[in-house]
Amino acid sequence: MTQIDSPSALNRRQFAVTGAAAAALALLPSLPALAQQQPEAKPWEELVKKILGDAKPVEGKLTIDMAEIAENGNTVPFTVGVDNPMTDKDYVKAIHLISSANPRPEVAVFRFTPATGVAKAESRMRLVSTQDVIAIAELSDGKFLMVRRPVKVTVGGCGG
Amino acid sequence: MQNPRVKLPEKAKAGDVIQVKTLISHVMETGQRKDADGKTIPRKIINAFSAKFAGQEVFSAELFPGISANPYLSFYFKVPGPGEFEFTWVEDGGAQVVQKEKLNVVA
Repeated sequence: MTQIDSPSALNRRQFAVTGAAAAALALLPSLPALAQQQPEAKPWEELVKKILGDAKPVEGKLTIDMAEIAENGNTVPFTVGVDNPMTDKDYVKAIHLISSANPRPEVAVFRFTPATGVAKAESRMRLVSTQDVIAIAELSDGKFLMVRRPVKVTVGGCGG
Repeated sequence: MQNPRVKLPEKAKAGDVIQVKTLISHVMETGQRKDADGKTIPRKIINAFSAKFAGQEVFSAELFPGISANPYLSFYFKVPGPGEFEFTWVEDGGAQVVQKEKLNVVA
């Protein structure tokens, strides 16, 4: 047996739909405020801006070496490095590591000198969830390099 | 903050680029976690690391809560000749651990 809606039931549904639309309309005045909040830069974007200033970063030479899928977000090994000479005249001053979704975007800053011979460092980071890891290298001539790589996280770190 | 460990190659020649590996025991409390009563556990991390060779700083790092507990840090170094490394880890609040290691440089 199929049930057939009685006309009165239909009317009730129509009323409910219209009611919802009316409620949505009533909310409209607050929408512009919401829209204004949207374009606000995320903390990691603010941090990138702070590091770069007016400089335009270029891609290449800077690499982040880490697993594509991190099973344990509490400790994700990584290596960052720049394929660049390390002489007194031309060297990598620093590499900044940034997370796009952790409670705080800063992960680490490594500061090099020509004495290191190679601009490369290793450590382990926490990742709360699947996200992008961003590295920015600062060269002695004022140029910046930037690279971004996605990492899938199976079990998040920094948990309570 | 205890038990600092440093691994250098057994022997190195002047001009070699060597890998320096360091590890220290530390909880790296993020300041994001809550205890059983729902109170936030205050942040306590190692926020800075530095490596000197023959008295000159050659590498340093600023660390944030995004670095895992028992922080492992490794960097490279071009051996200028014989000398001693001095590694320093600094915790929130200013406490420090210093570890010295001689580099065995052979001709």
